Amino acid sequence: MNMQTTSRQTAAEAALIEAFNNQVGELPGDGSVIAIRDRLLDDLKKAGLPTRRIEAWHYTDLKTLLRAIPEQAGDAGSEARDPLVEESSVLSVIQGVPDLKASVDGLDISSYAAQLSNGTAATGLGAFGSDDAIGRINGSFVRDGYVIDVAAETALEEPLEIQFVHAGGQTHTRLPISFGANVKATVIERHLAVTSDAAFVSHVSDITVGEGTELTWIIIQQQGAEDTHLGQIRVDLGADAKLKLFVINAGGKLVRQELHIKVTGEGADLTLRGINLLGAETHTDVTMVLGHNVPHTGSTEVIRNVVFDRAKGVFQGMIRVAPDAQKTDAKMACNTLLMSDDAEFSVKPELEIFADDVQCGHGATVADIDDNHLYYMMARGIPENKARAMLVNAFVAEIVEELEDEALVASLEGVISAWLEKHA
Amino acid sequence: MREGAWIAPFSDCFLWDKTMLEIKNLHARIAEDGTEIIRGLNLTVKAGEVAAIMGPNGSGKSTLSYVLSGREDYEVTEGDILYNGESILELDAAERAAKGIFLAFQYPVEIPGVATMQFLKVAMNEQRKARGEEELKTPDFMRLVKDAAGKLQINTEMLKRPLNVGFSGGEKKRAEILQMALLQPQLCVLDETDSGLDIDALKIVADGVNALRSPDRAVVVITHYQRLLDYIVPDTVHVLYKGQVIKSGDKALAHELEANGYADIIGAAA
Repeated sequence: MNMQTTSRQTAAEAALIEAFNNQVGELPGDGSVIAIRDRLLDDLKKAGLPTRRIEAWHYTDLKTLLRAIPEQAGDAGSEARDPLVEESSVLSVIQGVPDLKASVDGLDISSYAAQLSNGTAATGLGAFGSDDAIGRINGSFVRDGYVIDVAAETALEEPLEIQFVHAGGQTHTRLPISFGANVKATVIERHLAVTSDAAFVSHVSDITVGEGTELTWIIIQQQGAEDTHLGQIRVDLGADAKLKLFVINAGGKLVRQELHIKVTGEGADLTLRGINLLGAETHTDVTMVLGHNVPHTGSTEVIRNVVFDRAKGVFQGMIRVAPDAQKTDAKMACNTLLMSDDAEFSVKPELEIFADDVQCGHGATVADIDDNHLYYMMARGIPENKARAMLVNAFVAEIVEELEDEALVASLEGVISAWLEKHA
Repeated sequence: MREGAWIAPFSDCFLWDKTMLEIKNLHARIAEDGTEIIRGLNLTVKAGEVAAIMGPNGSGKSTLSYVLSGREDYEVTEGDILYNGESILELDAAERAAKGIFLAFQYPVEIPGVATMQFLKVAMNEQRKARGEEELKTPDFMRLVKDAAGKLQINTEMLKRPLNVGFSGGEKKRAEILQMALLQPQLCVLDETDSGLDIDALKIVADGVNALRSPDRAVVVITHYQRLLDYIVPDTVHVLYKGQVIKSGDKALAHELEANGYADIIGAAA
């Protein structure tokens, strides 16, 4: 139930609606899809962008924060970019258009635009509630993406990098991907700006993880300093499946990354790790809604943040334990280093527990660098600013090292070090 | 008795005319609450010398080592510390280390996320940079580390782990000596390096320290127990009590302390 908003429509909201009206003729979709799009945009028009009065958006007043929607799309060329990990297979979506000539062994790859056109995409296209602004925006505007099926028993030797590359402008993409049973894979979902032209990006990844699958999914967001990135990942985690979900935010001006995870199979396990590197005037919000729906599952969530300058960060971690989900073990922690007086980070952990035999906990810390560590390093001849830089790096590197794969760890550490070097 | 006087041993094989460390009437306190710990301490250590500092708990032994190394939790309120004739009071810990001062900690900290190897390389190269020396290239660095680690019976696999994380007490102490061997300091201060070590580990650590003894280097061994001094034989022994040196002698003094405790000496100095 939504209060009929009587607040004035902002310039950005007007621009969004105008953009839709301009594009509607080009947006792929059959009758059912078009109907859904119209409805979503209508909802968006009526409700407007969420404000801080909407609980889920309390720390990220999108109506106020979103100032403008860029129009012109840049030219990002047609070449895939070098993957982060050298040996990776690469699937490249450039300016919202997937390269469908690429193929990867063990993967059934097709076009999302085709699914929109023939109506298959209709079922997943809706928003899941009145607060799902990202679902509404993406559902209204989405044009294309990859649809990927990974057959049961597939073991991907090398990481798969699915890169979303743009040179400014608007891109709205989706990635429905399903993993059959007993698959082993590492996927890097990478969002990359290749110019400094402002962009407005929305992306939804819809992931089904089959029974017994071991999946490492890494979201790396490297958007430009003027970019708005609205990302959403929806995960259905099956029985005995193990998911390592890593989210690294190292860019963007206004960022909201939502993680909606349903643990639907017994014996499943989730390892969620987030690293937020925030500087300048960035506003970055990571919002997680995790549902433990069945018995005997576990999860650990650790979010680490380094905030410089006047940046603001948010982590909302909601864990819901359903009435039948006995023996759930869920632990959440959020640690932040505030590196300047104006840096801010808000943490909102929420536990909604309806079962009675569970272990759930959460903790949050905000600190500066440990003085004893700093002194020890200086006592060995490492000058103060270099020691500080190493310790900040170590604070987030500790999370990355959990990934174990040396090449993967090295490349992620490279991304982090490069970011820190620019900001420290 | 003049404070800080020592008796020269008979069998000295060095010409001790170069004073490396001179602590003059040092007063130091805990910065946070102003508690005075060092209360007029005088001490001289010459190049080539091994000096032992003993004393009951709370006498200021560890504090002295922290103040020497430049830890900001402590303030010097009076007196001076001269290193090779120059005051070091205005230098921060990193600058003192680059000048050749090394403190082997009693409780080395664990630093998650900072790989030991990387730490060693950065420390060595930052010191070289500060002294205007050429930085080490990776293959040379690896060779030096492997060599030094082998001598201290440290498995190089352990050095891939974050600094001191998961190391046993003995392994941490040996890692401190490894750092000392690699950084090649001039003034080595060992703060209760023997605490928590069994005999075998003690021998390894002592061998590591003795290997660094040279006419250009001084070693200050802070210890409670005489046992370590059987392996790292001191030229002088100083007794610290309530922030002052109250007696100095040769290694026989350490044996005397072990036999009789501190009471007589404290009584005589009162």
